Amino acid sequence: MNWTALIVFILLFGFITVIGFVAANWRRGDLDLLHEWGLAGRRLGTVVTWFLLGGDVYTAYTFVAVPALVFGAGAIGFFALPYTIIVYPLVFLILPRMWSVAHTHNYITAADFVQGRYGSRWLALAVAITGIVATMPYIALQLLGLQVVIGAMGIGAGGGLAGDLPLIIAFVILAAFTYTSGLRAPAMIAVVKDTLIYITVIALVIVVPIELGGYDKIFAAVPPAKLLLPTPGPNTLGQYSAYATLALGSAFALFLYPHTMTGVLSSSNREVIRRNAAWLPAYSFLLGLLALTGFMALALGVDKMPEFAPQFAQYKSNFAVPALILHAFPDWFAGVAFAAIGIGGLVPAAIMSIAAANLFTRNIYLRFLKPDCTPREEARNAKIVSLVVKLGALVFIIFLPLQYAIQLQLLGGIWISQTIPAVIVGLYTRWLNPWALLIGWAAGIVGGTAMAASTKFQSAVFPLAIDGLTIPGYAALYALLLNFAVSIVLSALFNAAKLGLGRDETAAGDYRFDTARAG
Amino acid sequence: MTDAPTQSRSGSRAWYLLLVLPFIALLWVPFYNRVEPTLGGFPFFYWYQFLWVFVTSGIIVLVHRMIG
Repeated sequence: MNWTALIVFILLFGFITVIGFVAANWRRGDLDLLHEWGLAGRRLGTVVTWFLLGGDVYTAYTFVAVPALVFGAGAIGFFALPYTIIVYPLVFLILPRMWSVAHTHNYITAADFVQGRYGSRWLALAVAITGIVATMPYIALQLLGLQVVIGAMGIGAGGGLAGDLPLIIAFVILAAFTYTSGLRAPAMIAVVKDTLIYITVIALVIVVPIELGGYDKIFAAVPPAKLLLPTPGPNTLGQYSAYATLALGSAFALFLYPHTMTGVLSSSNREVIRRNAAWLPAYSFLLGLLALTGFMALALGVDKMPEFAPQFAQYKSNFAVPALILHAFPDWFAGVAFAAIGIGGLVPAAIMSIAAANLFTRNIYLRFLKPDCTPREEARNAKIVSLVVKLGALVFIIFLPLQYAIQLQLLGGIWISQTIPAVIVGLYTRWLNPWALLIGWAAGIVGGTAMAASTKFQSAVFPLAIDGLTIPGYAALYALLLNFAVSIVLSALFNAAKLGLGRDETAAGDYRFDTARAG
Repeated sequence: MTDAPTQSRSGSRAWYLLLVLPFIALLWVPFYNRVEPTLGGFPFFYWYQFLWVFVTSGIIVLVHRMIG
């Protein structure tokens, strides 16, 4: 048991717990209303939005899994960097439109927008369910990040209930402050969390190279097969197309995730989003550095150090970064670093559970189960659902094999991408027919799942063969192509037959609305 | 003078095209999948992609300024 690290960890956790509850009073609003609880009253400015979206996208799981992938598989794991670069031109172009239309019509979720744009509650239901199902394993994986750092401090290495107890405590804290403060809690805590993360990563990329004698030594220690992507053989594009499609597909999927949408819609005006598109890449730089720590762990050979053998046996390559932290830092600073990762799991878990709760309440409960519910009932329902969602994630991570959560997260990325035609294309044109979109969505889900199944759910990369040439690519993107093909062809047919056109409650000007200019 | 802003807005839409550059630069993998030239011990594959973090950020700031 590493007492020094544990005490620092607990102190920092206590600190953010206090912040989580105090946050309820920050820019005070009526927390019995859903847009106040679930979107922090749509009042977040540039700086807080920067921390909130940063905390949202770069999660505890990212911080554990990306270096673990680089550590285990090498250069291919680096796709996270181009992915988080090319996402920002997309954010800059697309999301201000979403903000504007959502602000005009008080939309809280992407499915709300689909409902308003297409007048089809079934299409909105499909978008909502996809969002909820894709988010659940993501929350579970945040708890995994927490579990790994708790294990790193010497607790729960043997498994069993005692090992899960710290996780349950952290979960109760998370659930309590999310329930009382809503989105304000993760927004405030994100500021602390990201400050800690920046300090930790900067310390790592300075301290470890000094020990190893510079970056050239680190890269020299990486086996050539891991240093670059292998040159593709004949008749295949090999890892080249895999790398590019993973980056592109992940970038498109990112802002379809309900928690990203929640972060975007809580900002106070369009300019906040555009400014953030320019400044959020600072996190991408951080993520790139973090990916490099996978190579540092490789160069140091942390997996062969006897003191880390039991944890490596339990957590596999996910233990690469915690081991590096324990090796490189004094105990007290290891405590800071572990708190950074642990809190880094709580922030997105809180936002994700709020986002899933918003979806359930708005697009399932209100639309199908209790259409006459009052605004207060609506908010209360969302709070309870956020608890249920988190409890589900906790049960998942404690009782089911870890592999399930990882495979479901992989599938989640494929599924969420299938809402792109309805949501993103819908921001620009109403030409696509709601029923065609629904059938296209179903085709994409089935096709994508089948592609993942053909790799036995081990990989998101599907080896598409066209005329003797194999193009390994991200299954989400291939499924999306199928989805688009079906949606476009059927839209042409259905529109010509004037079938189920649906009512559009939005107007062209709604997509350019801005509070600053309207005032 | 009153229609000057409209004029600059419509003339400036071409600035959006700059946003395509990061996609070309980062999705054409064979271009940067190599070790040489290294920079400060970093193989080209790595420092090139890091460089694009800053270039992309700069492009977005520029486009934001120009379209107002």
